Amino acid sequence: MAADDERHLRERLTKLRGLPLLRGTRLSGDAKRLEQQLERIEEPEPSDQEIWRSVDLARHSERPYTLDYVERLFEDYVELHGDRARAEDPALVTGLASFRDRTIALIGQQKGRDINERTRRNFGMAHPEGYRKGMRLMEVAQRHGFPIVTFLDSPGAYPGVAAEQHGQGGAIARSQALMARLTIPLVSCIIGEGNSGGAIAIGLVDRVLMQEHAIYSVISPEGCAAILWRDDAEKVKAALALKPDAAHCLELGVIDEIVSEPKGGAHLNPDEAARLLGDALGRTLDQLSSVPGAELREQRRERYRRIGIYTAGATEPALRGGS
Amino acid sequence: MAEPRIDVSIEHKHRPDNSDGAGKHPNTCPSCGSHYRDDELEANLRVCPQCGHHFRVRARERIAQLADAGTFQEEAVELRSEDPLAFFDLRPYTERLAEAEVSTGLGDAMVIGSAAIENEACELAVMDFAFMGGSMGSVVGEKLTRAADSAIERKVPLVAVTASGGARMQEGILSLMQLPKTVCAIEDLRDARCGFVTVMSHPTTAGVLASFASLGDIIVSEPGALLAFTGPRVVQQTTREKLPDDFGLAESNLRFGHLDAILPRSELKPFLGRALRLFRNGR
Repeated sequence: MAADDERHLRERLTKLRGLPLLRGTRLSGDAKRLEQQLERIEEPEPSDQEIWRSVDLARHSERPYTLDYVERLFEDYVELHGDRARAEDPALVTGLASFRDRTIALIGQQKGRDINERTRRNFGMAHPEGYRKGMRLMEVAQRHGFPIVTFLDSPGAYPGVAAEQHGQGGAIARSQALMARLTIPLVSCIIGEGNSGGAIAIGLVDRVLMQEHAIYSVISPEGCAAILWRDDAEKVKAALALKPDAAHCLELGVIDEIVSEPKGGAHLNPDEAARLLGDALGRTLDQLSSVPGAELREQRRERYRRIGIYTAGATEPALRGGS
Repeated sequence: MAEPRIDVSIEHKHRPDNSDGAGKHPNTCPSCGSHYRDDELEANLRVCPQCGHHFRVRARERIAQLADAGTFQEEAVELRSEDPLAFFDLRPYTERLAEAEVSTGLGDAMVIGSAAIENEACELAVMDFAFMGGSMGSVVGEKLTRAADSAIERKVPLVAVTASGGARMQEGILSLMQLPKTVCAIEDLRDARCGFVTVMSHPTTAGVLASFASLGDIIVSEPGALLAFTGPRVVQQTTREKLPDDFGLAESNLRFGHLDAILPRSELKPFLGRALRLFRNGR
């Protein structure tokens, strides 16, 4: 990471700290993210091996999935089914549950463990009906003031004929648009692979937590290799170029916190992985619960509107994500 | 005695795909094979006079087709992509960017600015597929956001003409973040009660379809345009399903309820004029 970037971040952090705390939460949220970014920059750049190891672990067949965390973290879980228009999509689960004395709404992508369940869950690849079911739950949550927790773990939105005919692109767009309108706290946990539009469809939120060995990317390494290298065997090169690991996502200001995993990966100790994730989630919800809804929404939009790195003519390069 | 014949055939691993008319002259109609001089095509709005095939239109030419003469004032001209990931596939991203700028004369894949269409003030955001496949990275996301802000400030509708292969892989996760970014900008536009019309031109796919393009109050397209989250080749490879002949095309999207209308290019400007008048009268 260039010294320039570090200088920019330090300057911004100083500036943020110096401002009067009238606009309180937004600034403290930003300052916290910048501090984490700075800490990251001071650590050594993840090696190629570390990046690829995360890609492997994120998609490990024994890695805990959404419902494994639901079982360990939530009580009184009631799963809700169907989009009230066409179908039930088991690739995306929704429900209400109790988490540390508050009711939350859950929306999570769900993969299957054995071949039957994998097929039934369509390998975690949702159809538009799945996203519409998610939107139905968002409306329930908004009505009752329940915070929403989303779990991202999908190779992508399903690329099929029916999915296209039923409006995959539009469903992903409208799901995000609804999230941009809600006035309740929204938190995402990236627990495996957060790929492409399929992930961001339920990922426009106030805070993003990402497990140490999860990945978050614009496209799968295989898809990128097939397009840019015209050879999907080049997936390792593609993954290294895309830098989908948690450390890089934090550096780029796309996520707020890296959640540690048990040594060797979440699959070696799902109970411990759940405890670590639960603690981070609890802390985050506590922070957000004190912010008025209208302010949450404004800050949420502002957060995304500021992401991007570009230059504007002769002036300084615009700052990193979250800038 | 005859020499034994040796049959040599070479399989090209990277043979260019000719199925969509690549390799043909750009002014040869891929649908009926008629060939035109550039000025002939331009005069006919880049629609084949023989068969009605709609050729792609570059951003500046599209603006000239839609905006009243002399009304377009470009904004955010100076924005250029950075290379935050130091991305290198077969070539460095910086080289691809430089080449795209030289060959298209554009800073990135979108041109924005204020304009009037049939005397109705509006903001225009027009994509150009010739710039890295119209892909959306930080600059396209920022330009769409600024176009929305400019529309809000002047209390006029936003008209977006899309043409994109999706998010730009070379900016990695930052490109994916342009989906929620543009969605948030459009939500602000909606809160300000400014109209939003999207014209999805060929092709509008993946990340652009899955963000601002699908959020128009009115969504129209052109005949034969491909509008799909996932394109036909990938769907075919992944699912091995037999694809319908009109898979992902505007005609299929209209039938399934994802579009308000398919307009031949000559009807686009009058249609936009009507829509903009309706939004103005409703204010």
